[in-house]
Amino acid sequence: MEEKELICVNCPMGCRVRVQLEGNTVISVTGNQCPRGKKYAEQESICPMRILTSTVTVENGQHRVLPVITSAEIPLSMMEDAMKEIRKVSVRAPITMDQVIIHDLLGTGADVIASRSMAER
Amino acid sequence: MYDIVIIGAGIVGTMLARDLSGYRLRLALVDRENDIANGATMANSAIIHTGYDPEDGTMKARMNVRGARMYEKICQDLGCLRKVVGAYVAACGEDEEKTLAVLKQRADEREIENVYLSGDEARSQEPNLGDEVTKVLSFPTTAVVYPWEIAIACAETAVNNGADLMLNTEVRDIARTENGYILHTDHGDVETRYVIDAAGTGAGKIARMVCEDPGFTIQPRKGEYFVLDHQVEYVKHIVFPVPGVKGKGVLAVPTVYGNTLLGPTSDPVQALDDTSTTFKGLDSVRADLNKTMKNVPYRYVIRNFAGLRPSGSTHDFVIRECEEAPGFIFAACVESPGLASAPAISEYIINEILSRSLTLEKDPDAVMTRKRPLVMAELTDEERAEVIRENPAYGRIICRCEQISEGEIVDAIHRTCGAHTVKGVKKRVRPGMGRCQGGFCEPRVLDILARELGVSPLDIVLDSKASRILESENR
Amino acid sequence: MRHYQAVIIGGGSAGLSAAVTLKENGIEDILVLEKDAEAGGILQQCIHNGFGLQTFKEQLSGPAYAERFIRKAEELNVSVLCGTMVTGLNDRREVTYVNPEEGYVTVSADVVILAVGCYERSRGAVEIPGERPAGIYTAGQAQRYLNIDGYLTGKNVFILGSGDIGLIMARRMTLEGAKVYGVAELMPYSNGLPRNIKQCLEDFGIPLYLSHTVTHVYGKDRLERIEVSKVGKDLKPIPGTEMYFDVDTLLLSVGLIPENHLADEAGILMDVRTKGPVVDDNYMTSVPGIFACGNGLHVHDLVDFVTLEAARSALGAVRWLKGTQTADKVYKASAGQGVSYVVPGRINASCDHRVDFFFRVRQNFETAQITMKSGDKVLRTLKKKKLMPSVMEQLPLTEKMLGELEGDITIEVTEA
Repeated sequence: MEEKELICVNCPMGCRVRVQLEGNTVISVTGNQCPRGKKYAEQESICPMRILTSTVTVENGQHRVLPVITSAEIPLSMMEDAMKEIRKVSVRAPITMDQVIIHDLLGTGADVIASRSMAER
Repeated sequence: MYDIVIIGAGIVGTMLARDLSGYRLRLALVDRENDIANGATMANSAIIHTGYDPEDGTMKARMNVRGARMYEKICQDLGCLRKVVGAYVAACGEDEEKTLAVLKQRADEREIENVYLSGDEARSQEPNLGDEVTKVLSFPTTAVVYPWEIAIACAETAVNNGADLMLNTEVRDIARTENGYILHTDHGDVETRYVIDAAGTGAGKIARMVCEDPGFTIQPRKGEYFVLDHQVEYVKHIVFPVPGVKGKGVLAVPTVYGNTLLGPTSDPVQALDDTSTTFKGLDSVRADLNKTMKNVPYRYVIRNFAGLRPSGSTHDFVIRECEEAPGFIFAACVESPGLASAPAISEYIINEILSRSLTLEKDPDAVMTRKRPLVMAELTDEERAEVIRENPAYGRIICRCEQISEGEIVDAIHRTCGAHTVKGVKKRVRPGMGRCQGGFCEPRVLDILARELGVSPLDIVLDSKASRILESENR
Repeated sequence: MRHYQAVIIGGGSAGLSAAVTLKENGIEDILVLEKDAEAGGILQQCIHNGFGLQTFKEQLSGPAYAERFIRKAEELNVSVLCGTMVTGLNDRREVTYVNPEEGYVTVSADVVILAVGCYERSRGAVEIPGERPAGIYTAGQAQRYLNIDGYLTGKNVFILGSGDIGLIMARRMTLEGAKVYGVAELMPYSNGLPRNIKQCLEDFGIPLYLSHTVTHVYGKDRLERIEVSKVGKDLKPIPGTEMYFDVDTLLLSVGLIPENHLADEAGILMDVRTKGPVVDDNYMTSVPGIFACGNGLHVHDLVDFVTLEAARSALGAVRWLKGTQTADKVYKASAGQGVSYVVPGRINASCDHRVDFFFRVRQNFETAQITMKSGDKVLRTLKKKKLMPSVMEQLPLTEKMLGELEGDITIEVTEA
């Protein structure tokens, strides 16, 4: 049996959570102060997932770049590949918030969406 | 072929350039730096000392007393700030009071206005003066200026009168010719009849290009300072300790814009370009200041910096023609009170040295004055309204700490001898001089520079040519 | 002179929240003044997620959080004047602003709310010895270059200070292909939130050097190298512990300071600890009718609390306008042992509404004993796990407790 201590990143509390693992199976989670913490710890000890935020080039916008965010968490291990995809993209203003910029990023099921609206220059 | 090439665009070089540009002469002002006034002129105490300090019989004494009296008119003519704040030399105890007496005698002989104050009288004017201070010698005519503003204004006047300004031009060697000299620079050769060596810390190296023993070496001394935000008015007068072996000591100086300078140290350094600050230096500013001052509000410190004084082995200015090399003139070892002395040094070189062998004919077309740039903070409400109506950029504030508008920054870029770097803008119109030190405005200033100069933001530098701010386009 | 019911200085998270709350409470004639070209304040460059968990029960990016409030303000017809810098404020609630369209304009208001935000401590304020090359930025400055202007400031990076913006930038620059060599923190504990230590540093294997600081920077033109040293208990560098990093970029994340010069100009009493104004239970400053909230009052850890506090200050302004309270007697609220500051700092004896104190502890506590006293009387004690300086704490002064006030209020924290 393996034991891991994690810092929960769900909220600013930053609870220290202990997870007992048997291979890839979670046996127990302690130290969390809410159900989200348990869910996080289970996921984190098997396959850490993160929201990715970045920017893409925007033509004709108020600014040179448009902030974007993944619509759901993606595996931490895929960050580098995800950034490669994001670097390829260029969009054109006007943009509305939540507009899909990349659909189904690398088959994760998460979209890359616009973090904000951006008017034309 | 120039008549005169001045090496060094500091306060001495630019003052000379301006004065000489009033004559029919082909002039060039050469500097290895990327802007005017980037050496000692940029990092000093900004004081026009009245001239009580240098010992009798020195060039320092002669130049200082004369130079200080020339500044009022110079600043008027050039549209530069000068604020008469007065200076207190503060003595603690009988021994130091004896030194005050020597200074007073000198000041009286040189007809420099001065008056004694008791410690308590001085403290009633200057509440943060230390409790140990027993007697003060007050010099009410001492003024402060923005040294680089004056240097830039001088250079601008000279260039408008036809002088050539060559920045980023390092003199690598100098050769004698039949009628003068050839300067081998990293940007080609420059021929001239006369050379004036006003190269600050580099003056010794330049001098040795034409003569084996110029009779001096530069032994730079580093001065470290703190700057306080203008939100606090810590002193109204310049406060000096009594001068000692290490020079004028650690001062508290109110600047023309209401900041306070605390410093400098005075430490010999080896490298001619060592302007790094140190824990030791800044600690010693704090320690030494305790002698004359109290309640120092260090929480208002917004910056610290170090400057090099081009001190010489001679302990006096070296202002003369080189004996081995006629037409090669030293304006070297110009440490404190170099700023105050600069106009007199220029006058002396022209009247006492150059005029001996060079025919100086006034140029009737030369304009020796400069119009002060538009400064929004100095206008009345009506004037500001008018200015913004004509050009809305004066209503767009870029520097929130010092409230500098886009219009003022654009002006500074497009003027003669204009700014082409972030620091150049800061020197001319002051965005980044405030409490946030450019944290807020630097990206905006960089953007304006790129737009106005028609270059990529990636090409905008902080100061020197290689001081790039941005690495690459991200996307 | 144009007169408004309310002028709000700042159109960031605090200003927008205050404006929305005023509108929702019947204050119609409002002007919001924003220096930037668009509303939203610093949120626009904080493109990372983690905003809004309290306010919207969602994890939003900064721009998305801002946009929700901008829309809300638009729906309520709040007029936000962008590209407008406030240059003056006096104790008669006269506000002078300037913009390219109108020039300099002075207006007056029944209430003025300062929602001015904060600025980053610069190199000058923290004494880093060495040269002055390009390549040294505050973290927020580098963030603006990267996230708004689209430029990377360097390839090899070190970060001084473990403030949240620095941590966020460590991750952001790593993802953009820069190498971040480490983060040095002078104190023996981090100044950033634990989740940022985890997901910005640990996720990417970036070392955090606690009790370390940058002791020299090298480079004539662009930064070339830094020296990092361990510090002792006295926070002074220990000779012999020097490490060197060949970096072209040094980011400073060494603290935020409320933007207080307007308050200062208006003669408002300042709190030496928060560096913002002293406010009462209505978030009113020492100048009647001038209120303060957000990072211009004290530096917050989360934008959600800025929003909350700004709404409270707006309600305070409404209460004051209605004149339901008399300023007869005032109890001071201050930081006791283990606490660095308490906001609000004054409670009117006639206060008839619950007040929520914000405070921060001075050091880490494993299990903290929090005590709130009025005079010598203990109003409340509670135990709480894991208190740290990077996290703002809250403690309510309930309506019931208001009736029990006997004197000045102190909040203290000890290890249980």
